[in-house]
Amino acid sequence: MRVSLFIPCFVDQLTPQVGLAAVKVLKKLGQEIEFNPIQTCCGQPSYNSGQWEIAKESAIRSLEIFRDSEVVVGPSGSCVAMIKKFYPELLRETKYEQEAKKLAQRTFEFSDFIVTQLKVTDVGAILNKKVTYHDGCHALRELRLKDEPRKLLRAVKGLELIETEEAESCCGFGGLFSVKFPMISTAMVQVKASALAQTGADFIVSSDPSCLLQIGGWLSREGKVIRPLHIAEILAMGIDHV
Amino acid sequence: MSDSQSIFIKESTLTSADGDQRQFIRTALGGYYKNRDLYKARYRDWELARDAASIAKWSAINNLADVLEKFVSKFESNGGKVHWARDAAEARTIILDLLAKANAKSVIKSKCMTTEEIHLNDAMEKAGYGVVESDLGEFIQQLRGEAPYHFVFPCMHLKREAISELFTQHLGTSPTDSPEELTTIARRHLRKLYITADVGITGANFLVADTGQISITENEGNARLTAAMPRVHIAVSGIEKVVNSVGDLSVLLPMLATAGAGQPMTCYNTLYAGPKKSGERDGPEEFHLVLLDNARTQLLADAEQRDALHCIRCGACLNVCPIFKNIGGHAYGTTYQGPIGSVITPHLRGIKDWNHLSGASSLCGACTDACPVRIDLHHHLLQNRRNAAKVVPNLFDRIFHRAFNFVIKRPSLFAISGRVFRRTYGLLKYLPVPYLRVWLKSRDLPVIPSKSFRESWKDSNHV
Repeated sequence: MRVSLFIPCFVDQLTPQVGLAAVKVLKKLGQEIEFNPIQTCCGQPSYNSGQWEIAKESAIRSLEIFRDSEVVVGPSGSCVAMIKKFYPELLRETKYEQEAKKLAQRTFEFSDFIVTQLKVTDVGAILNKKVTYHDGCHALRELRLKDEPRKLLRAVKGLELIETEEAESCCGFGGLFSVKFPMISTAMVQVKASALAQTGADFIVSSDPSCLLQIGGWLSREGKVIRPLHIAEILAMGIDHV
Repeated sequence: MSDSQSIFIKESTLTSADGDQRQFIRTALGGYYKNRDLYKARYRDWELARDAASIAKWSAINNLADVLEKFVSKFESNGGKVHWARDAAEARTIILDLLAKANAKSVIKSKCMTTEEIHLNDAMEKAGYGVVESDLGEFIQQLRGEAPYHFVFPCMHLKREAISELFTQHLGTSPTDSPEELTTIARRHLRKLYITADVGITGANFLVADTGQISITENEGNARLTAAMPRVHIAVSGIEKVVNSVGDLSVLLPMLATAGAGQPMTCYNTLYAGPKKSGERDGPEEFHLVLLDNARTQLLADAEQRDALHCIRCGACLNVCPIFKNIGGHAYGTTYQGPIGSVITPHLRGIKDWNHLSGASSLCGACTDACPVRIDLHHHLLQNRRNAAKVVPNLFDRIFHRAFNFVIKRPSLFAISGRVFRRTYGLLKYLPVPYLRVWLKSRDLPVIPSKSFRESWKDSNHV
């Protein structure tokens, strides 16, 4: 398939290795990859701040950017949820409504795309490490993705997946919430990241790079050894450069 | 910033830093999660039960005028008297008049959040009536002179020692850390009061339209005594509590118990149908029902958020909410805490003063998944934010998002801004950059990469 990459703005600028790993994995799986560099941000910060008129502009821009795409794949449950769930809502009763619905149908979160569209669970990755998984709220509750990333992780040779009771609890990021209510946000990440750190895993894995900014940011500040890794980075391990 | 917002910021900043209290709440909820899951598993299909419960409420709310009318005529033909109250002040006046007519000396109450909403106890005390809360948790909160912490578990924030100390101080009993003994102390104290009270005030969990009954759910038996012993029974309820038929309770009662308290059924579920009839020996001589609007019809007119009126006040959304668990119930400053409170309080008490509660959420959606009547809670928080941006524009927010939009509309400007940020981050992190400084107070940023994704993509000749 011809895959149009949807790279979140902060992945582009702060954690580009996530996007590069996604490219590596998708290429390994035989996909033709394209990246349109006029893409920037999906508009979620404005949408979540109640600035829906501004967010609408971003939504319409995204419709243009991905107009000729066959499928759109993004390594972020949250940003993909913006396209899949919230664009149709934002553009309801406008002339863009139908196009927004169509884009939503052909846009997929990275792990969802591999498992449900490519029907692959073993991408050939190898990693002799213990990992624990963090369900990002948007992936889990807006996109209902729970098993997809786990199927991929379980198929990684040498990898041990340790589940925790706190897997589904929010990390406290919430976009600008993290800086508008920093005390609450920090209390939340403290609960979440401490539980994940207690598993004894080497890595905290998630399909949401924004949660990993929050969890990783707190762990690093607290001097904990456990490190955040995006699922694309895990799946790229042991794959020869293509 | 409104007063309620600055109080919220102050309170939540304090409580979210109190690790011991946060852990105490988490532990207190641990048993609830276990039991909730145990009893949820007994449903053949919990999701289908949620559909049934939400349809039961939906069909009543979307036909509210007719269903209420039907209920009222049945209720009155059973011998009860209905009083309509447009707002809190009207409800208080009605109740104080009823107390005066009943020549009441003392009043006993069972748990009723609607009376908290209209600040009834204050009004009664000011008018010179002695009033005692008979629900154990509410009794404890009344002695403390403090609002309920959680609208189902009013004193869940208190350790046993604190309750024992409170009883010693107010009731003169000896200290104990046994929950049974503490309950017995309260029970002994309250028993006498049921007998001497002239008026009993209760709430209502459901108003049953086809039978004209009110349904009250409780675990302690205190509501039965409150309703049955005094000469006059006054029930206070929001108009949204009405359901079409007694059959609806077959799904709503067990779900209320399981979702809210982790019980298969609440211990006592009673239907009250009018005062003592001639020839009957027990029961109140008069049965009044105060039906409160207090902005509920305004919420009814909002098609987008009307389903918030489905709420059966089970408290499930509070129990799963990471915000509630970290800031506690009092920080909200509202009658209804947690996600449902953040959704409805702007409607009940004004978006200007209460929109900050909708902002204080990571939008994780755990509440929406937990709601037994499928209220779209976290999306309503988003809609409240949108509504607030129109009604109470925040200048900083507006400038910030306009500027952000200016940049992201221009890909090359975005790329340059990103590069400048990455190149100067070493310096920026020491400067008072809005938001960045706040982030860096408790968290690091990842090691800043030299190249952005788009730069790497271009350099590897993918274009």
